[in-house]
Amino acid sequence: MTLKDARIGGSYIIGSMELDAVTLQRLGAMGMTRGTGVRLLNRNREGTVIIMVRGSRLALGKGITGSILVREA
Amino acid sequence: MKKELLVGFVGNPNCGKTTLFNAYTGANLKVANWPGVTVEKKEGAFKYHDIRFRLVDLPGIYSLTSYSLEERLTREFIMDSNVDVIVNVVDASCLERNLFLTLQLIELGRPVVVALNMMDIIEERGMEIDLHRLPEMLGVPVVPVSARKRSGLEILMHTVAHHADKVSDYNLEHHHGSRMEKKQNGQRHRHEHHDEHAVVYSDKIEDLIDEISESLRKRYGLRDNLRWLSIKLLEKDEAVMMKYPVSFSSAAYKNYEEDIINQKYDFIEEIIEEVLVNKSRRVAATDKVDRVLTNRFLGLPIFLGIMAVVFFLTFIIGDMLKGVFEAGLGAFSGAAAGFLEYINAGSFITSLIVDGIIAGVGGILTFLPNIFILFLALAFLEDSGYMSRVAYVMDGIMGKIGLSGKAFIPMLLGFGCTVPAIMATRSLDNIKDRRRTILITPFMSCSARLPIYVLFSGMFFGRYAALAAFSMYIIGIATAICAAFFMNSNSSKAAHSPLLIELPEYKAPNYRTILIYVWEKVKDYLTKAGTTIFLASVIIWFILNVGPMGVVNDMSESFGAMLGKAIAPALKPAGLGMWQVVVALISGIAAKEVVVSSFSVLFGIANINSPEGAAALAGILEGMGFGALNAYSLMVFCLLYIPCAATIGVIQREMHSARWTILTVLFQLGVAMLMSTLVYQIGSLFL
Repeated sequence: MTLKDARIGGSYIIGSMELDAVTLQRLGAMGMTRGTGVRLLNRNREGTVIIMVRGSRLALGKGITGSILVREA
Repeated sequence: MKKELLVGFVGNPNCGKTTLFNAYTGANLKVANWPGVTVEKKEGAFKYHDIRFRLVDLPGIYSLTSYSLEERLTREFIMDSNVDVIVNVVDASCLERNLFLTLQLIELGRPVVVALNMMDIIEERGMEIDLHRLPEMLGVPVVPVSARKRSGLEILMHTVAHHADKVSDYNLEHHHGSRMEKKQNGQRHRHEHHDEHAVVYSDKIEDLIDEISESLRKRYGLRDNLRWLSIKLLEKDEAVMMKYPVSFSSAAYKNYEEDIINQKYDFIEEIIEEVLVNKSRRVAATDKVDRVLTNRFLGLPIFLGIMAVVFFLTFIIGDMLKGVFEAGLGAFSGAAAGFLEYINAGSFITSLIVDGIIAGVGGILTFLPNIFILFLALAFLEDSGYMSRVAYVMDGIMGKIGLSGKAFIPMLLGFGCTVPAIMATRSLDNIKDRRRTILITPFMSCSARLPIYVLFSGMFFGRYAALAAFSMYIIGIATAICAAFFMNSNSSKAAHSPLLIELPEYKAPNYRTILIYVWEKVKDYLTKAGTTIFLASVIIWFILNVGPMGVVNDMSESFGAMLGKAIAPALKPAGLGMWQVVVALISGIAAKEVVVSSFSVLFGIANINSPEGAAALAGILEGMGFGALNAYSLMVFCLLYIPCAATIGVIQREMHSARWTILTVLFQLGVAMLMSTLVYQIGSLFL
């Protein structure tokens, strides 16, 4: 499943990310790469989420979360 | 030891870098832009133990790639300027993510001192950091500081002074953490660089680094930064590839960026395991606050409520304070007139000073309390960490007009001043998103337009004055949204860049940071009053008192009146077809407040914001057939029309396109004509 459909409070491992180079690089700088563990803190109706990754909180729009595959940790 | 040291402050956004910088320099700093671009460059200096420290606050960044302007600037500053020491400000409460930049800075091969900030928060949470082990693993000095509590400041500069010119005087002691060893099945690396470099990559990457370093040495005769350049070439960094093209062996053609990022983070995990004690004893209070503020049902109403409070404070409380300023201005104006009479100054000079300069500049100065409160509120929202939550809360709505929630932050800043708001669009990656945000940001009513609303709504709307003024903000937002929606539905269906923003932990705003921020804005406002508005008032006075026949007694024969009369017919449908109004509007392009000061000069009213002054002006205007509907139309026109000269300048600098800048200006003028005409024509049907 994708991060967009993850459940609030759940912990996940990032799989492949089908995103453009700039977005991938930005996510990488925030410590979000394949294999990273994340926890979903919040999600709104549109699929914008707040995740905890490596000790910091990131808000990601649905355009990103829909393209990130995750599996439950 | 050197007598002067150039020190660059580098760190993640929200790491407290600016607070630390301010703790050293206070409000005593130079703010300029980087040559050629509008990224703010702050510089301050102070003396400590006979050494002059020149501090430069570099933009907040997450990494040292060349994807964003801020990152490129920081990189160029470190590589090309003769910076002596880099102070890497690290948020100790978010060590894992912050160390990523630290490792990259260390790889650059310049002297780095880590300032471990927010140590007070670490203590509050019952956490501890092994300050003996951390510098051993990084190979650079680590100084614990708290910018907010102003502790550790002297030790940090002491360390900086001693560490200049030395890349590393620390012995790296790696001992191999558990993770690496597991990966290598207990075997040691072939590459034993652990006493040279903090981060040692996998054998494969280290082999490639050696290979590329060798070809860089041969081909370009380079000796410094070989390791860093090689790593950047393996990451396929565009700027470095352009500057130093080398041919790779087949293995090096692959982009190793992800591997390099992952291996850095592997090392960071090792560091965290070894140095951080009591990792997660308490759920951060931030998550509890976020449960309310970013709640899917409550988030938006709470944000709207906060904005309502901000505007309430600005209008109602600001207006109470304004009375004091007005009384002062009245007394000053009277005293000046008396003094000029005493020294027998001619009526020409007296009129220029009292009706021109004091009326123009003074009328603007009385708005200082409103401006002060508005910027104080914006500073509070920014420094507390709430601003990025607004981006999350607004992401859904902004998505409907084809922008990400991040584009809402510049729009929100636009309530303060359009110029920094336009500069803040830089945080948007996509050029199309930026253009559209820049086009609609001037519709967000800036503080300079406030004097216009206060004056005209006060004169014509009596009890409903505050409501009339507040409605301008609503019309501005609605126009911005409609304009963005229209452009979105017209443009090709290229998706906008989705939201990607860090949500920092909430913190009590630092009073120094806020005061310095507000002081800078107030200073800008005062400077503007003393320069642009001063000059505009003088010029307006001249073109209204001089005509083809020389000095005129009747303003309607002046050059200003001739210009106004030529354009007035175009604004007749909007109920603004009086030459005086046209002159005031044209002068408002210099700065929006000038519309108000021009009215003072046009009608010779010395203290336009006092009840007497406003009543006198209202009387004259009504005598000309300019009533409440005309006033409302004027307010709408002022809200939407051509942005001020400073804004036009910053749009040009940001977009690098005269065509686009002119298009923006014409678009805004067109929207203003349309909207104010609609208001006047529809209003006329009912009134």
